[in-house]
Amino acid sequence: MKVNSILMLLGLVAFAVLLGAPFVGITSISPADILDPAGEAMGAVVFWRIRVPRVLTAFLAGSGLALGGMAFQALFRNPLATPFTLGVSGGAAFGAALYMRLGLAFAYLGISGGTWAAFAGAALVITLVYGLTRARGGFATPTLLLAGVALSFFLSSMILALQYSANLHDSFRLVRWLMGGLGMVGYDAVLNLFPLVVTGTVILFMLTNELNLLTIGEDLAMSRGLDVPRTKKWLFFAVSFMVGGIVAVCGPIGFVGMMAPHICRLLVGADHRHLFPATLLFGGTFLAACDVIARMAFAPAEIPVGVITALLGGPFFLYLLLRRGTLHLFQ
Amino acid sequence: MTGSAYRIDHLTVALGGKTVLRDVSFSLESGSSMAVIGPNGAGKSTLLKCLLRLVMPAAGSIRLFEKDLGRYSRRALARLTGYVPQAGSDTVPFTVEEFVLMARYAYLGAFSHFTETDRQITRDAMARARVENFAGRMLHTLSGGERQKVHIAAALAQQPQVMLLDEATAFLDYRHQVEILELTDALRRETGMTVIAVTHDLNQGALQYDKVLALKDGAVVCSGRPGDLLETGRLESIYDTPFRFLEEPETGTTYVVPGRRVP
Repeated sequence: MKVNSILMLLGLVAFAVLLGAPFVGITSISPADILDPAGEAMGAVVFWRIRVPRVLTAFLAGSGLALGGMAFQALFRNPLATPFTLGVSGGAAFGAALYMRLGLAFAYLGISGGTWAAFAGAALVITLVYGLTRARGGFATPTLLLAGVALSFFLSSMILALQYSANLHDSFRLVRWLMGGLGMVGYDAVLNLFPLVVTGTVILFMLTNELNLLTIGEDLAMSRGLDVPRTKKWLFFAVSFMVGGIVAVCGPIGFVGMMAPHICRLLVGADHRHLFPATLLFGGTFLAACDVIARMAFAPAEIPVGVITALLGGPFFLYLLLRRGTLHLFQ
Repeated sequence: MTGSAYRIDHLTVALGGKTVLRDVSFSLESGSSMAVIGPNGAGKSTLLKCLLRLVMPAAGSIRLFEKDLGRYSRRALARLTGYVPQAGSDTVPFTVEEFVLMARYAYLGAFSHFTETDRQITRDAMARARVENFAGRMLHTLSGGERQKVHIAAALAQQPQVMLLDEATAFLDYRHQVEILELTDALRRETGMTVIAVTHDLNQGALQYDKVLALKDGAVVCSGRPGDLLETGRLESIYDTPFRFLEEPETGTTYVVPGRRVP
């Protein structure tokens, strides 16, 4: 299939999932219910107040996580580099956990304090990673990844310490949130996520040519006219903005950030002018679909969506990998 | 453009606390060519990277077309200088055509797309470097020699006035060596491009250039015409190994061969 038809197909699937997902659930909803002018019927309330915002949140979070992974993989020229492996999500999670543990509650510019705390944590880790890339001529990517993994462990220990010292109620909230889920959200979550994800997405969209150049190596990219340090700053900013916001709202959902960009590379190639829309659509659709399964598989109980993403995405990724032979990415 | 392409004064570079280049000075006329030779670790590649502003000097100045190198924007610099890196095992996940087209970045306006002009220039550059036959192939599926020609095509797509080549023919088989030598010769002779090439190839490389700059331990040990290299003891002192000089009977051209005569 040609790249454009694949993109078209991804778009159609995304549209279908966004349209269909809110209808799926324990309470069955007919199209007549949602058009109820008063909006007081049970079906209408469930549809508009619970399911629609939840599907939108899933799509925004999935897109943002996938795009963040795509950007980091290009930036570090390494298939394992993602906001998760480099400790950025850990930083965001720690910030948000600290906010919860301290029992804080404030909002600024219409964005909740938890999101700001997560963003601050993400930005702190990013600054550290960025500093490491520049200190003494810069560290090699494998060193950075190891440092990121160490940092992630350190931060998750800190989160566990926070949780251990918390009372039962806060502790439960923390655990539930750490599992990664889209369960307790309404339009607040959508409104929190929307500006962050959209800002990050627009920045990445404007940097597709720059991401391509970063993929060929920094020296060569600079010789082609790319201002590498400035581009890196923008990328770090955009990604910590998005990932910080997503982690604050949905908890650290794994897998999407690493695998969605790889799956899209196998589908449309590594040119970011195609990879960007593919990753955006696939990441969003994938998480929205996983959330439907998370809601339905053991209904009325819900499993954390992070469990589903890995259960579904893992085998699918291996299938693509084996079918296409080798994974020609960077190494 | 006439006048000097490069004017380098007292350039000193330190990397990780070690002085890699010390007090290097030279100038190069626009449209002429210079070979940079010297043993491994002499600072040849670092010198090229300084000219591309990939490495910042600790002291000294570099002027490109009579303007301080630091005063060019990255894009302006990319429109003036093309770079062909050392042949490596780079596995870039792009097709040849995509890779060459990306080299048009320096001409791209803010938030705009590559135009038909960019695509035409890309095709011309690929034809010039004779890689148009594998335009649609992925870069990592090519042989080292083919890939090196693609790198030249990409540098040509930048439409530079100066071409900087870092051991463009190293590790290549004879056919690709010849092809790339012919290509760079044609660039020097026909396009009036200024060419600086780091090379270990004395006969087909250094001795054919307008100027030669020999580096050893980061310092200039010889700067002048290629003929100067043939003076007794010159090459021996640069490379710390004996050389023999052979004359081709038909043309009278002198060839240098490293090492003593094998008995």
